[in-house]
Amino acid sequence: MNRFFSLSRTGAVLIKEFIQMRRDRITFSMMLGVPLMQLLLFGYAINMDPKGLPAALVALDQGRYARAVVSALENTDYYRFDHVVGSIAEAEELILAGDVAFVVTIPSDFTRRVERGESPQILVDADASDPTAATNAIGALPQLARRALSRELGQELQAAEESTRNLEIVVHRRYNPEGISQYNIVPALLGVILQMTMVMMTAMALTREVERGTMENLLAMPATPLEIMLGKVTPYIGVGAVQVVVVLTTAKLLFAIPFVGSLPLLLAAILVFIIALVLLGYTFSTFARTQMQAMQLTFFFFLPSIMLSGFMFPFRGMPEWAQVFGEVLPLTHFLRVVRGIMLKGADWRAISFEVWVLVAFVLAYAVMALLRFRRTLD
Amino acid sequence: MTADAPGADEPNAIDVTGITKSFSGKTVVDDVDLTVRHGEIVGFLGPNGSGKTTTIRVICGLLLPDAGAGTVLGYDVIREARRIKHQVGYMTQHFSFYGDLTIAENLDFVARLYGLKPRRDHVMEALENLGMASRADQLAETLSGGWKQRLALAACIMHKPKLLLLDEPTAGVDPKARRDFWDEIHQLAADGLTVLVSTHYMDEAERCHRIAYISYGKLIAQGTVADIVAGSNLITYVVEGPDLARVQRRLDKTDGIEQIAPFGATLHVVGSDPDKLKAALGPLGEDAAYSVRPADTSLEDVFIKFMGAATDNMQ
Repeated sequence: MNRFFSLSRTGAVLIKEFIQMRRDRITFSMMLGVPLMQLLLFGYAINMDPKGLPAALVALDQGRYARAVVSALENTDYYRFDHVVGSIAEAEELILAGDVAFVVTIPSDFTRRVERGESPQILVDADASDPTAATNAIGALPQLARRALSRELGQELQAAEESTRNLEIVVHRRYNPEGISQYNIVPALLGVILQMTMVMMTAMALTREVERGTMENLLAMPATPLEIMLGKVTPYIGVGAVQVVVVLTTAKLLFAIPFVGSLPLLLAAILVFIIALVLLGYTFSTFARTQMQAMQLTFFFFLPSIMLSGFMFPFRGMPEWAQVFGEVLPLTHFLRVVRGIMLKGADWRAISFEVWVLVAFVLAYAVMALLRFRRTLD
Repeated sequence: MTADAPGADEPNAIDVTGITKSFSGKTVVDDVDLTVRHGEIVGFLGPNGSGKTTTIRVICGLLLPDAGAGTVLGYDVIREARRIKHQVGYMTQHFSFYGDLTIAENLDFVARLYGLKPRRDHVMEALENLGMASRADQLAETLSGGWKQRLALAACIMHKPKLLLLDEPTAGVDPKARRDFWDEIHQLAADGLTVLVSTHYMDEAERCHRIAYISYGKLIAQGTVADIVAGSNLITYVVEGPDLARVQRRLDKTDGIEQIAPFGATLHVVGSDPDKLKAALGPLGEDAAYSVRPADTSLEDVFIKFMGAATDNMQ
């Protein structure tokens, strides 16, 4: 046996480490589960060239030329006309609520202009609050529309050829005309920062008591699970409030992010979101036996949250199943609210659904945490 | 004690029967009956892992027993755990207050949890009884073992419980602090508090009004120290003389000698059959270099016998 290095001593440590690793079930399943989940989930779900984005069609002209252009747009796979509405006002609401990424408007004089050889127009309103989602779809537009039109017309008219050449596509990049990606990212960062810190801090809350042995004492004293839960999570709601002030001030001063909507409405929504987060963290702390495990659970939840919530990649660009997955993450709904209010000036009507979903998360997590709470040491 | 409290006309502070609790298939407490009268100090003895802590946790509602029933302070031990918690002080085996809070903050926390009013007065009173008023702002984790234990006790009796459950309260505490601690326990008992205290120390057991001995989850004996010693039917002789280690080796397997253990310069020889024991020690008594005389059997000898018997049962 060597004085400086011995294989058997190394082996002793190594075997001990393996045994401990095997005993810690949560850590073990994280080591296997996290890479697999990430690979499958993100590998399939993340799409940098999002297609099938929901769009609304306002067809004020129902002529064959208009139909040809619309079907050509649909054939590109970039647009999926889920909504066909009769008025611009209706379409406006859809884009404000984030239900559609585009509104394509065919003006009532489209056919007439084509036939007369004048320059016909198609209006495209793109929700540019997420510049990535909009860019490729907009880029593909002019050529496609022109080709569709010329195919429809054939070479029958000199005027038609003229009008095809003159086809004008008017694009409005709404909410973020310059396509500044910070406009999209910074408000969302508010949600991401809150998600990470709130869940992590509260995930430790109960596990710390268990680890230090103070839980036994706390349970022996007359405090009910609800009292313990409220007492433990409320301070973190205060911490969250401070973070909100810091992030919003920075967003304004350093990044000059526009704030179009109502601040009180945003703050109310943030409060609901924070309560959901601290309750989620508290639920984690009823599962984890050590603070280390609580930390791992937090990250296990954090990763899909940033990947599938629409923070990093356009939500609508993900496959259907990934969107379903994303819908069960509170961050997804919060991002719609914060982007909606700050960039689009969304009012209560436009975001109420998302806020109610957040309220549902609050209730679900509170029930889960209280059910999971062990009143005894069993 | 208020007149309408159900505990008032109940003769026993603790009266439980058939308490059984197992963890993942291993029975830790097996059919334990325990009674503790009001105002009594009962010592709860037994080797490590014998189920003392588990029994105490069942009594204060921290664990739900698999079987068994009974009352604590007149409340049903299973259904009324919350009421019991209000009137019981439980001092855990390991310090379980908050190391990162000061002494005063810990006491304040407890006072708030029990809704003691006026809070400040209760905290001040507890601090003064502790003799810690000048150190109120010291962090609890910086206290020595003895002081931590005193803080824990002070916090446990702050809400004036009727029953105090102490789980090995003096483990790792120096003799002076232990003495003070026991003096305080007796003071509290004199004022009407009932105490159930688990311990390893024989001298502490002898300071209790009654003791209960548990081994491998089974309650083996219950009664006063004198009862238990008498009930054991053990006879003890003390041997003095030179080279006792050799004597011990020689006598160890002799018929009639059940225990033989050195105590300082003497050897304690214990057996339950007087004739056999006398016969075994006969040759030594005739040797002028040795003195062999009868002595009182100690509680420890009795417990060693219990432990031996219990181990035999297990095998």
